[in-house]
Amino acid sequence: MAREKKRIELEDVTVRFAGDSGDGMQLSGTLFSDTAALAGNDLFTFPDYPAEIRAPHNTIAGVSGFQVHLGKKQIFTSGDLADVLVAFNPAALKSNIKWTKLGGTIIVDADAFDEKAIEKAGYTSNPLKDKSLSDYNLIKAPIGTFTKESVAGLEIDIKSIGKSRNMFALGMLYFLFNRELKATEEYIEKKFKKSPVIVEANKRVLRAGFNYADTIEAISSTYLVPPAEMKKGKYRNITGNVATAWGFLAASERSGRELYLGSYPITPATEILQELTHYKEFSAKAFQAEDEIAGICSAIGASYTGSLAITTTSGPGLSLKSEAMGLAVMTELPIVIVDVQRSGPSTGVPTKSEQSDLLQALFGRNGECPLIVLAASTPANCFEYAYLACKLAMEHMTPVILLTDGYIANGAELWRIPKVSELPEIKPPLAKANDSNYKPYLRDEVKLNRQWALPGTEGLRHRVGGLEKENIYGNVCQEPMNHQLMCELRAEKVNRVANYIPDQQIIGEESGDLLVVSWGGTYGQVLTAVKEMQKQGKKVSLAHFNYISPLPKNTGQVLSKFKKIVVCELNLGQFIMYLRMMYPEYKYEQYNKIQGLPFMVSELTEKFKQLLEGK
Amino acid sequence: MSDISETKTDLTKQDFVSDQMVKWCAGCGAHSILSSLENVFPKIGVKKEDYVVVSGIGCSSRFPYYMNTYGIHGIHGRAAAIATGVKISNPKLSVWVATGDGDSMAIGGNHFIHILRRNLDIKIIMFNNKIYGLTKGQYSPTTPFGSITKSSPQGTIEEPFNPGELVIGSQGTFFARAIDNNPKLMTELMFAAAKHKGTALIEVLENCVIFNDKVHAVVSPKENKEDVQLILKHGEPMIFGKNRDKGLILKGTKLVVATLGQNGCTEKDILVHDENEPDPGIHLMLARIAPPYYPIALGVIRAAKYPTYEDLLLQQISNAKETSKYKCVDDLLNSGNTFEI
Ligand code: SF4
Repeated sequence: MAREKKRIELEDVTVRFAGDSGDGMQLSGTLFSDTAALAGNDLFTFPDYPAEIRAPHNTIAGVSGFQVHLGKKQIFTSGDLADVLVAFNPAALKSNIKWTKLGGTIIVDADAFDEKAIEKAGYTSNPLKDKSLSDYNLIKAPIGTFTKESVAGLEIDIKSIGKSRNMFALGMLYFLFNRELKATEEYIEKKFKKSPVIVEANKRVLRAGFNYADTIEAISSTYLVPPAEMKKGKYRNITGNVATAWGFLAASERSGRELYLGSYPITPATEILQELTHYKEFSAKAFQAEDEIAGICSAIGASYTGSLAITTTSGPGLSLKSEAMGLAVMTELPIVIVDVQRSGPSTGVPTKSEQSDLLQALFGRNGECPLIVLAASTPANCFEYAYLACKLAMEHMTPVILLTDGYIANGAELWRIPKVSELPEIKPPLAKANDSNYKPYLRDEVKLNRQWALPGTEGLRHRVGGLEKENIYGNVCQEPMNHQLMCELRAEKVNRVANYIPDQQIIGEESGDLLVVSWGGTYGQVLTAVKEMQKQGKKVSLAHFNYISPLPKNTGQVLSKFKKIVVCELNLGQFIMYLRMMYPEYKYEQYNKIQGLPFMVSELTEKFKQLLEGK
Repeated sequence: MSDISETKTDLTKQDFVSDQMVKWCAGCGAHSILSSLENVFPKIGVKKEDYVVVSGIGCSSRFPYYMNTYGIHGIHGRAAAIATGVKISNPKLSVWVATGDGDSMAIGGNHFIHILRRNLDIKIIMFNNKIYGLTKGQYSPTTPFGSITKSSPQGTIEEPFNPGELVIGSQGTFFARAIDNNPKLMTELMFAAAKHKGTALIEVLENCVIFNDKVHAVVSPKENKEDVQLILKHGEPMIFGKNRDKGLILKGTKLVVATLGQNGCTEKDILVHDENEPDPGIHLMLARIAPPYYPIALGVIRAAKYPTYEDLLLQQISNAKETSKYKCVDDLLNSGNTFEI
């Protein structure tokens, strides 16, 4: 046993796992995160899947990554750069070194660095031997060899041994961060219940990694990330896509309307469809349509029939759904359209995140075609906004577009589990059987919504369709004045939703030198950056928008109280264009990034400093 | 169709006539389709509030406005997709689609083949006038090769679809063919479609007096119609002709028209129609035949028995309800790995 190592306390730490697709990086990352959660840390994780399904072994294209950011403070992002990188092969090292802090720790499986693999990764010399990594604390662990040694005597095949290498690295990390092995051991026991020898092997390898880390000189100190102060309650780790799916299930239960999903698989939204195929016990009907158009059209049919109808997609699919969204606006039927945004235009960079569908969501339809647009801002609050999207759609009888993005859809964070009964009530405006006053386009005086009259109900037979309808009576009508009236009514109905959504919040003082404006999935990075500025005593506040159309009623007021406004978004300036249109009286600065990557907190604070210094 | 019987209800045709003015051209074949369906709806045994009529775009697709039922007039080509959502959402409803040759097989081709493959219990009436009426006379996917139309002044250079072949190729379980000037047959076929469990497609050969007048004249001449029309009846020999002296026999791998009494041909040699046969071989041949060498086949060509999508879905739902560990969404939210803080 080596001498007692120094313990250093950290506020937060970012660990990145990278290896071949088959190396178990996602699992290692998840187990590491679960252990941190059990120890009371707040955390945010983000998987970095390769675009190819099974790219050749040891190539950059085949590298799969997983980043976890955990801390004793509240964590809002998956972390800018990693403090610790675990790289399972040369390709993983090569493609991830740029995401690692200078001076950070790199753990590599030295056994994976043979000549062929080094060459395949595109290195001209062995990075473990040349000086290229001298700015890092490099730990060259012969993981392959030790993994084999630790299972000596067990009857186990080579392939399974190779597969348990990730446990060795995990053991090392547990030592480095003073973690218990227990939760992971329990996971192994459960997962491989059917094969005691695999259980034994994995546990031995895990323990061997832990002990190995204790003995080596390269680890001279260990780290402690104390528990975060969080609201008491039951938590779970949840991705944005799963949270979205569950939000719909909750809205279905609470509203009493059966869930119908019509969707076509598309990255990065597919997981919502897959998730919802599992809950037939809640009568959730998830229909895999023949294309995007059938997805939304079937949802419109289901909505007419009385289901809580949803369709999910990503940018290119939203384009295909445009015409049908117009039909939903015209027929004034409630549907929720989820757009998990990805890099565009066209197929773009499908596995990377972006916020460039905003204008399409707001305006991408023929005719005057208003609908509600919401944007979720964290993996966990996808639940809340999915739920609210359903509530607003049904109560106001209108389509709602819910924008999320690849980053929050695949990212995961700790979520305090709510009780469904404590969520806001949902009261769909159902028409009553044989109501002699029923008229298809007779409207609620306050909200302007029409009633929802379901097929199968006596005395309410009526037709809807894409042709303009006569106000109140709903007959096909081409009267000029009626068309203008209907266009105005549809617009006003959506405008009035502003009376049912909360005021825009400001994080920080209500006036000051700089108002940072952002929306949707950039919340974590922008909030972290703004808090850093505030800590430094700067008069910077944040207005982060979730309600996009209509905007909260106090938006103008919020914008009016700052010397400067900067709008930060992952596109070339779409929300700023919208704000300039809605509130032309203010001057806006902009900060945009369009690389398929989230903002880095450091680049945001840099920009804010420049703006404060008058540059 | 002996096993199909009308169901007594208090409903009459008047229950389904809407108060909207019917705006099809005078003489359009669509009028007789509308009146046939209005005659059939009261007799199927479905409550009037349980019908939903869905359409896309085109002359045919104004249909829902003319029927006093629940209805959706959708967008071009998407009626099948919309109807799919209606049926899955509430399988108890009787869902009918009105569509045209362009609506269903050009812009809506994808939805058309997939609804058939899934075998949802939806009835589709395809008005086949082999032309685009509402956009004023362009060729459609069923327009015969070489036809001169507004968009093919030198004649089309595309082979047309035969709807029956497409239905059978798409795993369709029911295909029938009617003609607009024989409302009695059309009514029978609508009835048969209603009683079929699964997606039922009726192709109605429809005349467009404005843009494609007499398009079906070859199969419905003023005189001696019977010589060019084979009206199929399940379990009966495929005999046709004014004197009922012609029939179809199978020679090698082909259908051949034989004359009774010639070359020793007797009624026993004539093929007997089996609409329920799962193997679509003969059905496909029947869907294809046409004058001048053959008659055109009318009636129910195929009515094979397969499970419907919604029955299988409801089965999965009831299985899940029986076996699930989740009684409510709260159970799901609290399942798996959770951390008490
Ligand atoms: S244009 Fe042709 S199909 Fe259309 S309503 Fe007139 S006759 Fe009928």
